[in-house]
Amino acid sequence: MLSPQLDNRHAVETPEGIELLLTPAGLLPRALAFAVDLGIRGAILGLLILVPGLLDRFGLGLAMILVFMLQWLYMVLFEVLNQGRTPGKQWLGLQVIQDDGSPVGWASSLTRNLLRMVDLLPFGYFFGVLSCLWHPSFKRLGDLAAGTLVIHQGRPIKRAAPTQLIAQAPLFVLLQEEKLALLDFAERYADFSQERRRELAGILAASLRTTPDKAEQQLLAIAHGLLGRA
Amino acid sequence: MKQQQFEDHHQQQWQIFADDLQALEQGRPDEARIMAFPAAYRRICQHLALARTRGYSRALIEQLQYLAMNGHRQLYRQRSPLPVKILLFLSVGLPQLIRAEYRVVLTAGLLFYGSLLGMLLLVQVQPDLVYSMLSPTQVAQLETMYDPDSSRLGRFGERTAVTDWMMFGYYIMNNISIAFQTFAAGLLFGLGSLFFLIYNGLTIGSMAGHLGNIGYQQPFWSFVIGHSAFELTAIVLSGAAGLKLGWALIAPGRRRRSAALRLAASQGVRLVTGALLLLLIAAFIEAYWSSMTFTAPIIKYLVGCLLWLLVGIYLLRAGKDVHAAA
Repeated sequence: MLSPQLDNRHAVETPEGIELLLTPAGLLPRALAFAVDLGIRGAILGLLILVPGLLDRFGLGLAMILVFMLQWLYMVLFEVLNQGRTPGKQWLGLQVIQDDGSPVGWASSLTRNLLRMVDLLPFGYFFGVLSCLWHPSFKRLGDLAAGTLVIHQGRPIKRAAPTQLIAQAPLFVLLQEEKLALLDFAERYADFSQERRRELAGILAASLRTTPDKAEQQLLAIAHGLLGRA
Repeated sequence: MKQQQFEDHHQQQWQIFADDLQALEQGRPDEARIMAFPAAYRRICQHLALARTRGYSRALIEQLQYLAMNGHRQLYRQRSPLPVKILLFLSVGLPQLIRAEYRVVLTAGLLFYGSLLGMLLLVQVQPDLVYSMLSPTQVAQLETMYDPDSSRLGRFGERTAVTDWMMFGYYIMNNISIAFQTFAAGLLFGLGSLFFLIYNGLTIGSMAGHLGNIGYQQPFWSFVIGHSAFELTAIVLSGAAGLKLGWALIAPGRRRRSAALRLAASQGVRLVTGALLLLLIAAFIEAYWSSMTFTAPIIKYLVGCLLWLLVGIYLLRAGKDVHAAA
């Protein structure tokens, strides 16, 4: 595969013999997702209290069951029935899955959400935050016990529009890694500023036997050829 | 093959697969195409492997990886209807699991019933001990709850029939929360579960002892005997589940602590699910049967004993000859 990774993607080998690279979500997006879910639950509770008549005798029993559901089962129901996503997680593009990449089930989801109580100790998610910061895949204690993982849902990379270039053969044989770096540059160059593009391409100007100004176009042309675009 | 050719050649298949995926995620799969899904998924896997070894660009690999990852998730999803699962679990899986985990269940049971009975006896000898567990206001509340003169018993004594439903809600919220807490606290090396088991045992024991001291035995025992079979068993089960978590951390045996914890949690959570189901039954009995006073206490004792017997038989015999794991 690629050279040793700088990032902490979590590789899972599937029965089909391929490797899926999952991107664990860190503390901040998870905390934000939790805040969103907390807000939603708070709003439901507020509605319950504000709307008169909901809390009379018959309603009180129902209300207590609802509070119970909100406290303990809100996360579980959403995670199992909505592809591992509570509304907060969905909003932030997060997803809960099992360590082996399969969808989260009732048992695992219940485990990780019941043990949330310990993550909350001794105050304000202290244990959960510590565990999340310490673990290479950002797991809190509940995730450790349940064998689950919170990941970023993959998003297809936006590719730069193909340029009208005449393909060019590289001046020398490229290693796989070099080839990938070149393709990366060609796919992402539109996201860089003019100066940054020149700077990056300029590094290779000597090897390409050209000036820094022309290096960029030449790199794109070579990438064009590698991709097989006429 | 150059990347562009590869993409042109397969782009259409990928698009169809992506559409199928979306339909599956929304729960509206196209029945006609669903049979072809596994084959399509394997083709995507092959394309991903090819793209990686041939050194195609990252954007293409990410696109294929996205398809493969979501395909994997759909293909390996477990789909068995929940009600069937619950029934199977209650009738076979749970009693089998409890018997398999008899050591930890017995430990939890001894801790809980031991502290309960111990405190009950102690309060008989030393009546003031009840104030070590309960505040004077709580004791006063307890006394009104089980006043033999009141028409209804239990935590909502002076209410009318309309509130049965409310009591049901309250019992669910209160008791199941306690069960969940008892389980989760086990992650603190079992200490939390130990605490909740003993604390609940002592509290219940001191209540029973105190009510006995002031001569309220009849209303108290006739009230609790019905649902206690389920409720107390559920407390023991959730405590056992918590102790299992703690024990996996203290003595993981031949596994790494993380692996031992995962295994213990997967069994523990099934015990807690069992406790939850038992507590639902208990809440129903408590709200609709235990609190009624129109029956003679002797009937309540009979029904209560019958329920205890049932739970006992269930724990020891249910699902004994069934081998299908639930």
